[in-house]
Amino acid sequence: MVELTSTRSNPMIDPGLHVWGWEIPVYLFLGGLVAGMMAISGYFLFTGRYKFANCACRVLPGISLVLLSLGMLALFLDLEHKLYVWRLYTTFKILSPMSWGSWILLLVYPALVANFLVSVPDFAGRRWARLRAFSDRILERHLLVRWIGAVNIVLGSLLGIYTGILLSALGARPLWSSALLGPLFLVSGLSSAAAFVHMIARDRDEREMLARADNGFLTIELVVIGLFLIGLITATEAHIRAAGLLLGGPYTAVFWVFVVGVGIVLPLVIQPLAVSHRIRHTAVAPILVIVGGLLLRIVIVYAGQASHWSPI
Amino acid sequence: MARFGMVIDTTRCVGCMDCVVACKTENDVPEGLCRDWIVEEVRGTFPDLRMEIRSERCNHCDNPPCVYCCPTGASHVEDFGKLVQIDPKLCIGCKACLAACPYDARYIHPEGYADKCTFCVHRIEKGQDPACVAVCPTHCMHFGDLDDPQSEVRRLLASRPHHALLPAAGTRPRIYFLT
Repeated sequence: MVELTSTRSNPMIDPGLHVWGWEIPVYLFLGGLVAGMMAISGYFLFTGRYKFANCACRVLPGISLVLLSLGMLALFLDLEHKLYVWRLYTTFKILSPMSWGSWILLLVYPALVANFLVSVPDFAGRRWARLRAFSDRILERHLLVRWIGAVNIVLGSLLGIYTGILLSALGARPLWSSALLGPLFLVSGLSSAAAFVHMIARDRDEREMLARADNGFLTIELVVIGLFLIGLITATEAHIRAAGLLLGGPYTAVFWVFVVGVGIVLPLVIQPLAVSHRIRHTAVAPILVIVGGLLLRIVIVYAGQASHWSPI
Repeated sequence: MARFGMVIDTTRCVGCMDCVVACKTENDVPEGLCRDWIVEEVRGTFPDLRMEIRSERCNHCDNPPCVYCCPTGASHVEDFGKLVQIDPKLCIGCKACLAACPYDARYIHPEGYADKCTFCVHRIEKGQDPACVAVCPTHCMHFGDLDDPQSEVRRLLASRPHHALLPAAGTRPRIYFLT
């Protein structure tokens, strides 16, 4: 038996760590979703299939710019010393994932703008003729389009992995101290982005292609979640206790029912049926995938804060 | 260059909280917050029980995760005494350092920046002990250079059984508890 009595009662620290509320999971989710959108639209640019992927190339870059800005707003709202936020860009700390992330985000914006300019949405092209003309000039340069695609794939992948590494670098919280969080959040972001295209694409071929891709991403996500848990339960006592939060502890129901069951397994049942034309394509499965992606971040952020090296 | 650390004799500590009050007074710690605190740990099964009373604070770790995760360099290791300190003018209040500290030794100051024990650097620069050490009525707290073989802290560590907190976290803390 071990019993601890402490006189400390600092806000956000006691009785358990609760420094991050809704803002950080929302930021990580939107960052991951944008990362997936960049990788998918970048893939179509790089492979030259952008002429046939109307949704992925004409819609995703613009939406990504809006979603990323909302994510940055959530991150900003979380800061306690807001007026000093510019300090992020007065230095580069090679050991700090947050420093890496702030500089990656600075590169992501111009890459997304370039991506947007390759395939300007129709409504914008009609309204601003010079924008359309500029886009046409880019489209004449196939090598440039491929480069923009490649840069979007690379930066999107870095952004997606960074959202997981941000947590996994904080070894004081055993649930987070797994290198698999980076790949997990990346594949979850890819899955949410593919589901988004599946949901809004009008072209049947594009919709089905992304639905098939999403099935693959969801399967990989399941495997990574399995490896993540195996890694925890085969590590130290603190990691085993941390895994217990998801395996019988307070986050078990929301994790297995909503993140895994409703957010991954159920779409994995629905989407193959839709792709093989046994049922109609609806927005149900993509919405479940996207909500599951958000819940994954919420559960990992909250459960991670509840995990500790101390047995009490 | 010195590498300051602290040695606390748990067999002498009575948990009077003089160290807590001294710290709050000396460093003008805002109401509702504390840089150091008292922990009573009871282990065993009745009637075979053992109690340890500890005065805890930032461990000024040799391998400080709070410094590594800081995106602006606000959390840093100072040359003087190899102390882990925070520059409020660089801190953005992202709270990564709070999450990175396995000892939960940091908090957010009402003005928005991360804050914690400084080992009373303003006192030790003048050759004085930290306030908590200076006021301890049972003289259970000792402060000094861990790299100096002649220092009192090194002598105590060489002669008495001791432990540090959460060694498995890998932070190499510089506060030792004599048992």
